Amino acid sequence: MTTTINATGTPTRQTQQRERPSRGKKLLKMNWIGGSLGWIWLVIVIVPLYWIVITSFKTQANYFLTNSFEPPSHPTLDNYQTVLDNDIIRYFLNSVVVTLGATVPAVVISFMAAFAIVRGVGNRWLRWINNMFLTGLAIPLQAVIIPIYLIIIRLKLYDSLLAIILPSIAFAIPLSVLVLRNFIRDVPRELFESMHMDGATEWGILWRLAFPLTRPALVTVTIYNGLAIWNGFLLPLVLTQSPEQRTIPLALVNLTGQFGVNFPAIAASVTLTTLPIVVLYALGRRQLLSGLTAGFGK
Amino acid sequence: MTALAPPAATGGRIHPRGGRSGVTWMALPALLMFLAFGLVPLVGVLLLSFTTWDGIGQIHPSGLTSWRNALADPELPHSLFVTFEIMIISWLVQTPISILIGVFLAAFKRYRGFLAVLYFIPLLLSSAAISLTFKALIDPNFGIGEGLGISWLKQNWLGQPRLAMGVLIFIVSWQYIPFHALIYQGAVRQIPTQLYEASKIDGATGLRQFFSITLPQIKYTIITSSTLMVVGSLTFFDLIYVLTNGGPGDATRALALEMYKKGFMANLMGPASAIAIILVLVGLLLAQVLRRLGGRGDESQLEGM
Repeated sequence: MTTTINATGTPTRQTQQRERPSRGKKLLKMNWIGGSLGWIWLVIVIVPLYWIVITSFKTQANYFLTNSFEPPSHPTLDNYQTVLDNDIIRYFLNSVVVTLGATVPAVVISFMAAFAIVRGVGNRWLRWINNMFLTGLAIPLQAVIIPIYLIIIRLKLYDSLLAIILPSIAFAIPLSVLVLRNFIRDVPRELFESMHMDGATEWGILWRLAFPLTRPALVTVTIYNGLAIWNGFLLPLVLTQSPEQRTIPLALVNLTGQFGVNFPAIAASVTLTTLPIVVLYALGRRQLLSGLTAGFGK
Repeated sequence: MTALAPPAATGGRIHPRGGRSGVTWMALPALLMFLAFGLVPLVGVLLLSFTTWDGIGQIHPSGLTSWRNALADPELPHSLFVTFEIMIISWLVQTPISILIGVFLAAFKRYRGFLAVLYFIPLLLSSAAISLTFKALIDPNFGIGEGLGISWLKQNWLGQPRLAMGVLIFIVSWQYIPFHALIYQGAVRQIPTQLYEASKIDGATGLRQFFSITLPQIKYTIITSSTLMVVGSLTFFDLIYVLTNGGPGDATRALALEMYKKGFMANLMGPASAIAIILVLVGLLLAQVLRRLGGRGDESQLEGM
């Protein structure tokens, strides 16, 4: 899921694309297998999504009578009402609290750490910290979930949103530091130095120089972490118990269990809980692009 | 996420002048958070594997009891087998398709942005939502098989071991092929055009170009993508938990799920910690093997991305 980071495309890659306009045709000619696969796969990606959306607008009676892929003749919003009646707003707010509460601090402290690692190059401690974060990339969350559970119990945080937030922050740090560090490293050293000459503190340089210059990377890292935390399942599953503390993915599983064979209601709950991410992604993409130009147009 | 190979710690370029020293404290918040909820738990899981704990009461040190318990359980080799089964089959399915689609996307000009946006959608959804969608979609009584009146779709997909494994692999591919295709797309765009032009003058066909230029040129990307696939497959949890919960029987009970069941269902935290250690070791081992295969042991695996 490092996708967002790659797919946003670094500025270097974009210029490279522009330099070679001619290759496209050549590759396209030879690659009819890939071409047809590309379209077939697109259909495979779209079909389940299409199905879940149209099903969410069918009545339960209608669902069993009509062709699965036929859109409903009389779309209904009843299923969405059913989902809303089942406390989905609360789960939604829980997810918002957890996602914001974990993503924002994680990105801010990762950014500070990345800045320190770049600015303090040669410092023994910072090198050690950097290596530790790199090692951290290899630790799967599943493998350490038992001690995390123990720590959360001992901190008396079990069954609270904070219990999900704290480990989420920790596990967002390694990759965020790696990406931000690589980005800050590309900022010309002279800019830092001249600001330093002008009497700015490192803290000031961090926020007034490094922050605006690394905005595209910050947006990318924020989106990536936000997504991972929003969709997180294991931490809420293990660290919470009561229905009031559920986040969306966990609530979704419980809700669908409750709905049984009311497939339109299941479809509505999946659609409703997914919609905000798709909308945010659509908005984030645009901001991502403007971030790119803002950061490098100077 | 956790699916990354540990890149070699080559550190940064070494600057002739040392860096500023007044910045070290800025790394402290991240360091403390990561120590508390990342590194301490890693040490903790090792320590817990030498104890007996039911998840609620007191923790008793018990030497090798938990390890003996974990290793004697026939579910452990079985779940290892299932894990490798998922890993190998999903790699075999995903890699060729991802490469072909990636090459296609790299060359394709019109609608490419539009296509990339659609390819992205599966990556936005939670594994829980994806599992629930497919579970409903292939339901033998109320799914599309019934709705379309196609009898071969009406099978009990999640009730038979072979079929359940097939469905799992399919969903994994559905979720991740677009991602890997986009990695390959980026890699193919980096190949110098001159290589294709030169080979064309020499009379190479498209197929020949694909095998003699494209594939060798994206070798490191294949290693990177494979590392992400292989190491990532070790941590499939949400998907299996929601889709089959390891069933039917124990046909899809992979290592991470086995650990969860042992620890949080059977309340055997000691043996579950031992399984967690095995999970970490298998992951590190695989990452190392793939890195050696790449023949660039000293450089970052992330480079190909």
